[in-house]
Amino acid sequence: MLTIKNLKAKVETDEGGKDILKGLNLQVNPGEVHAIMGPNGSGKSTLASVIAGREGYEVQDGEILFEGKDLQELSPEDRAREGIFLAFQYPVEIPGVSNTNFLKTAVNEIRKSKGEEPMSSVDFLKMIKERAKLVDIEPEMLSRYVNVGFSGGEKKRNEIFQLAMLNPKLSILDETDSGLDIDALRIVANGVNKLKTKDNAFIVITHYQRLLDYIVPDFVHVMYEGRIVKSGDKSLALHLEEHGYDWIENMKEEVNA
Amino acid sequence: MDKIATENTDLKLQLLEDFKKLEANLNGESKNYFHKIRQDAIASFIELGFPVKKLEEWKYTNVNNILKHDFKTSESAGTSGITREEIKEVLFDEKVNLLVFVNGSFDEDLSDIITDNKNCFIGSFMKGRVLHNDIIEKHFSKYAEYKKSSLTALNTAFAADGLFIYLKKNETIEEPVHVINISDSRKESFLSQPRNLFVLEEGASIKIAYDYISVGEEHSFTNSVTEIVLGENSNIHHYKIQNENSKAYFIGTTQVMQEKNSMFSDTTISWGGAITRNNLNSVFNGSNTECHFYGLYLLSGKQHVDNHTLADHAMPHCYSNELYKGIINDSATGVFNGKIMVREDAQKTNAYQSNGNILLSEDATIYSKPQLEIFADDVKCSHGATTGQLNENEMFYLQSRGIGREQARIILLNAFAGDVLDSVKIKGLRDKLQIMLESKLKYKK
Repeated sequence: MLTIKNLKAKVETDEGGKDILKGLNLQVNPGEVHAIMGPNGSGKSTLASVIAGREGYEVQDGEILFEGKDLQELSPEDRAREGIFLAFQYPVEIPGVSNTNFLKTAVNEIRKSKGEEPMSSVDFLKMIKERAKLVDIEPEMLSRYVNVGFSGGEKKRNEIFQLAMLNPKLSILDETDSGLDIDALRIVANGVNKLKTKDNAFIVITHYQRLLDYIVPDFVHVMYEGRIVKSGDKSLALHLEEHGYDWIENMKEEVNA
Repeated sequence: MDKIATENTDLKLQLLEDFKKLEANLNGESKNYFHKIRQDAIASFIELGFPVKKLEEWKYTNVNNILKHDFKTSESAGTSGITREEIKEVLFDEKVNLLVFVNGSFDEDLSDIITDNKNCFIGSFMKGRVLHNDIIEKHFSKYAEYKKSSLTALNTAFAADGLFIYLKKNETIEEPVHVINISDSRKESFLSQPRNLFVLEEGASIKIAYDYISVGEEHSFTNSVTEIVLGENSNIHHYKIQNENSKAYFIGTTQVMQEKNSMFSDTTISWGGAITRNNLNSVFNGSNTECHFYGLYLLSGKQHVDNHTLADHAMPHCYSNELYKGIINDSATGVFNGKIMVREDAQKTNAYQSNGNILLSEDATIYSKPQLEIFADDVKCSHGATTGQLNENEMFYLQSRGIGREQARIILLNAFAGDVLDSVKIKGLRDKLQIMLESKLKYKK
């Protein structure tokens, strides 16, 4: 589904470009859950932004293929229409735009790109009601402006709710667990687990092993300085939790030594 | 520069000639109060002349760009020749009192006054002077100060027709008043000077919507003055929509006098016209008074819109709230000058002001100037001004959900302008404005 080969990317900053990704490889297949862990600044969120197509992130080398298509040639909206979804680490507040209208536009734009008719209001409301239950979204939240005045937990739940509505093939959860208490974490994780099928895939970016107790990954990758330095199964996350990220640095020194 | 100065003088001379002609045709009116005011006003105009850029109040708006055109000033005889077809697009879905003015003159054929209440008058200023001369004598030119403003002086000197509304104590007009002002320059460039007066006695209530549109290929110049007198506990919702063509110039002053417990709410929308200057002033003459100023300007091409507002807190315990927003594209220019005056006696004043602008092009310009003058010590006042581009984080968020950039842009601009449109309390008008906004946003690349 997603193939990343030797990806090198830099981010535009006020002081000029800064190299973040330095030759990253990743293969994600349908039905898989991949966890990406790593210390701050290792490039996890940059990877998410590059896949979603955020402006200011420039690919220097390598390739990102999604179902065989070169993502670099697609606008962010076209990537979303192809089935890529990013659950934001910091969801944006958009005053004046109601959640419902926003979602209706998004759903219908994606349908339009596939040559489908817009959804009827009745069907849309039915779908909203049904999916809102997955992540305990109150109907009242839907009439509010997008993320405006939402608590941290509500914002993250709203991200997963959007995921449920748009039904993407590949979802990237960028530190969706950060700032969540254990109840909110459970709600979010349960939502994701219910949405998991043999045809879709998830990339879960996190600092902490805690989330992975609830969303069980098939693969765990450790990122360090812009590369995946170690991959394994879920036990790798436990190992990291036990030994901390120092272990990675030590490991790296051993390799270099 | 010399040429412009000469032409400026030309129009002034022409207007003075017109005034002499007007005096020659007065038929015995020359001695009454009304004409005395006109004479006084023309004297002020002669003294003040047209405003120049040196004046702080006119720093960003150059009237010479208007005056260089050759305007016909006196009224052409006969009917206007405007048909219902031409006003169809500004009508909205609501039962209203419709009043149509063409180049400042009331067009009875196109108008339709449905309110039938002997305690209320809605009609032309001319007819008002016949039926309610005492009210007009009491209030005409008592609020808009022609000694300080040359354009108000000019309007006052030629005051003839416009809209007159008079509501007696505790009268409420349920059907909104919809006024369509048409600048007709099909024959020639034309200067019109509508003069409006609304007098609401204690406890009266009304909603008034103004549409300014134009027909014709030549230039038009509207110099309008509206005086609004709000008695105790009365209230008015006043909407002004500037949607003239790119050869239309508009300078308008709305002067409001509010007695205690009254409420005034104004929404000024500017999305048409070449040069538009709106002056909106409200003076609080009693305590517990409330006023709301909302404004939206959506500019493209070389449009220039200048909004000057004043909330004059002369009495304690009053509230004013102001929200003006602008979306400016191409090489258009917006000016916002919001003045809040809190006089010495105006303790416990609450006054808020906010001006937000989105610039869509490199050449777009906004001059935003909040002006707070506070002479009382126990007050709550705040102001804020923001200017920026479309928020790229918001754009990316929408795009990442499959919404195309163009659509995302419209959604965000629509949301930005939405809270100003929400101030419009006539549903049919609110709906019409929403549709107009969206079509105008689509047009602006």
